[in-house]
Amino acid sequence: MRRLLFALSCLAAFNLGHAREAAPVAQDEAVEKRMVVISEELRCLVCQNESLAASRADLAQDLRREIREQIGQGKSDQQILDFMVGRYGDFVRYRPPLKGTTLFLWFGPFLLLVAGVAALVIYLRRRGRRVVEAGLSAEEQQKVDALLKQGAEDNKS
Amino acid sequence: MNRFLLPLGIFIVLVVFLAIGLNRDPREVPSPLVGKPAPAFELPQLHKTEATFSPKDMQGKVWLLNVWASWCVSCRQEHPLLVELAKSGLVPIYGLNYKDQRADALKWLQQFGDPYALSIVDAEGRVGIDYGVYGVPETYVIDKAGVIRFKQIGPVTQGALDKTILPLVKELQK
Repeated sequence: MRRLLFALSCLAAFNLGHAREAAPVAQDEAVEKRMVVISEELRCLVCQNESLAASRADLAQDLRREIREQIGQGKSDQQILDFMVGRYGDFVRYRPPLKGTTLFLWFGPFLLLVAGVAALVIYLRRRGRRVVEAGLSAEEQQKVDALLKQGAEDNKS
Repeated sequence: MNRFLLPLGIFIVLVVFLAIGLNRDPREVPSPLVGKPAPAFELPQLHKTEATFSPKDMQGKVWLLNVWASWCVSCRQEHPLLVELAKSGLVPIYGLNYKDQRADALKWLQQFGDPYALSIVDAEGRVGIDYGVYGVPETYVIDKAGVIRFKQIGPVTQGALDKTILPLVKELQK
């Protein structure tokens, strides 16, 4: 029995060691946190609707390794982003930089908004001109006066 | 009549935009490396593991760098075209064996034919990152000065060869 226990504890110790060995490269929590912040800004090119932080694609894992290593080399976030953009283009950034080719991307929606508001204003003004204020006939005017008078009396009592 | 004209116009513009947008391949991301010098590297060769290869060795020549792997299914699709192109001798093709096992890669070449002047081994995919590889196969046309002139993303097709790659190679070889 004692032997069996010893064997089991040995096995447990071995397993523990094994699990530690298989752990991901997340030894350094600060590095890992920065890596996640940077990779959330980047698009995975294999599965384009996922960020580099979320993707399980092979390339995403390689690129995360690359980011970790560059953090280790003391590079700034901007330098790492530039590294990625230099290789994969502005498309990898979820927030592409403001420049000539991306002007329409950034301001297109506002252009559409302005155009829409302008169209609405023009339409309303035109309609406003078409609507003529309808006057009251003598009979209607009498009715109105009577109702107003009655209302005033009701209020008094 | 007039009141239908404007919505119809907007609708047509929308249809045109959608038609253009939906017919484009979102997987083809233009590479920022086109027009820039091919990133330098020095990697061991697949067959002669003790020898290395570097893009510098190709100064003064127009060549193709084809990224391939034995696990890559669409590589099989383009492979016969590459074998034929190699036979024609129009332009040398160098293979970048990307994230592969050596034994698998060698077997693959034996099975499907080896169009490459030589293949180099990028086991960890680091050179792949430098070249902006995100979907194997990819093919780069590199000119005499070592500048990337064109990048084919995905398998090389007969159409791409005839319309783009070969005319460009001939132009560059002048």
